[in-house]
Amino acid sequence: MSDKTIICRCEDLTVQEIQEWIEQGYEDIEELKRAARIGMGACQGRTCRRHLINELARATGKNPADIEPPTFRPPTKPLNFGAVTGGSSDD
Amino acid sequence: MNKAEILVIGSGPAGLKASLSAADQGAGVTLVERDPFLGGQLVKQTHMFFGSKEQYASERGFKIAEKLTAAAEEHPGVRVLKGAAALGYYDDNVVTLELKGRVLPVSYDAMIMATGAQENTLMFPNCDLPGIYGAGAVQTLMNVYGVLPGKRVAMLGAGNIGVIVSYQLLQAGVEVPAIIEAAPEIGAYHVHASKVRRMGVPIYTSQTVVSAHGSDALEKIIMVELDDSWQPVPDTERELDVDVLCIAVGLTPLTEILFQAGCEIAYIPELGGHVPRRSAVMETSVANIYIAGDVSGIEEASAAMVEGTIAGLTAAFNLGYGRDSYEQKIAAANLELDALRKGPTGEKIRTGLQNLKKTGEVRQ
Repeated sequence: MSDKTIICRCEDLTVQEIQEWIEQGYEDIEELKRAARIGMGACQGRTCRRHLINELARATGKNPADIEPPTFRPPTKPLNFGAVTGGSSDD
Repeated sequence: MNKAEILVIGSGPAGLKASLSAADQGAGVTLVERDPFLGGQLVKQTHMFFGSKEQYASERGFKIAEKLTAAAEEHPGVRVLKGAAALGYYDDNVVTLELKGRVLPVSYDAMIMATGAQENTLMFPNCDLPGIYGAGAVQTLMNVYGVLPGKRVAMLGAGNIGVIVSYQLLQAGVEVPAIIEAAPEIGAYHVHASKVRRMGVPIYTSQTVVSAHGSDALEKIIMVELDDSWQPVPDTERELDVDVLCIAVGLTPLTEILFQAGCEIAYIPELGGHVPRRSAVMETSVANIYIAGDVSGIEEASAAMVEGTIAGLTAAFNLGYGRDSYEQKIAAANLELDALRKGPTGEKIRTGLQNLKKTGEVRQ
């Protein structure tokens, strides 16, 4: 097997792939979400967000505190369509 | 729509104490828990607690969970919703829950977020191999579900979680050939560390894991020594055959819903990363939203319980309950927190809270 270092398990992205995106100029988390899909999978970035902030800080020379966090949207976990289309349980 | 006077999200030590303290003041509490049981991470903690009598010193974590769970379920002022995951925040004080496969919106007068934290991972080649777990996940597997993770386990991280879980692996008959710590000194309390040392487990400081190897699952790790600036020392690599690697390198607060609600957030490494800004009595910058426990900064369960008490008392007070006893109860809780945070073991949390405070005062 090849020795790959995965940064985002849900979207199967290696840290090398993300470093290449950053080199191409994608230097904030929202852009990288759209371009590479990092943090867009089942865990919604809970595993990789921390690593991504560190990668961006290293590449841009910024303090991790100055890396803008992504936008968080509901739902916080994967949902069956039935849970959504079935209407809310007090309708 | 379902209404909750005080909605508490999460039933770990912070959420349980928040619910009980608010309900004791006369407020109506709805306590929401994602798991089918209450207690959060306390349910798997078979070790004894330190601290004072108020934080259940000398009791085992799961026993504390049993007591607090019984108190919450029997309290006439607490409605418990188990198997209910909080999905998102919406304007006008509404949170949606997933309950029994349906989406349930709940409106609240006050909300206390006690969602806790999640385990950090590490990146190295093949860090996604089966057999590489969070140490907390292994503790859940063993102590909640009775499942052994493997036969030979290396522990990466010698903080309290790493060392306590190593001890519990040994108790379960699992071999632990190494506890590996990148820092020059261990972070765990020495009473825990000396237990594993007595059982013959070496703790390697200033070392880390640089890669994992195996065809379908973990078979071995490569360890390396680190110099004073945390860089690998050349020619110090060595192999260790293990079928499990536990990662115990800290926790990150679970703040998603607080971000959604527009709470002001600061990045404070000593508190675990992004944490909400808060007042001394656990109010966030958004009206009627309070926090308690690890979501407000990573700390021990004992402190989470006291923060829960403070958040519950304050949420109830701001809704008009317990006006006479509030000041006195908050003063008592603050004394408990000060006692828990004193000394060298409290240095990190004290620094983190000072740095958070430097970002400005929080007023709702």
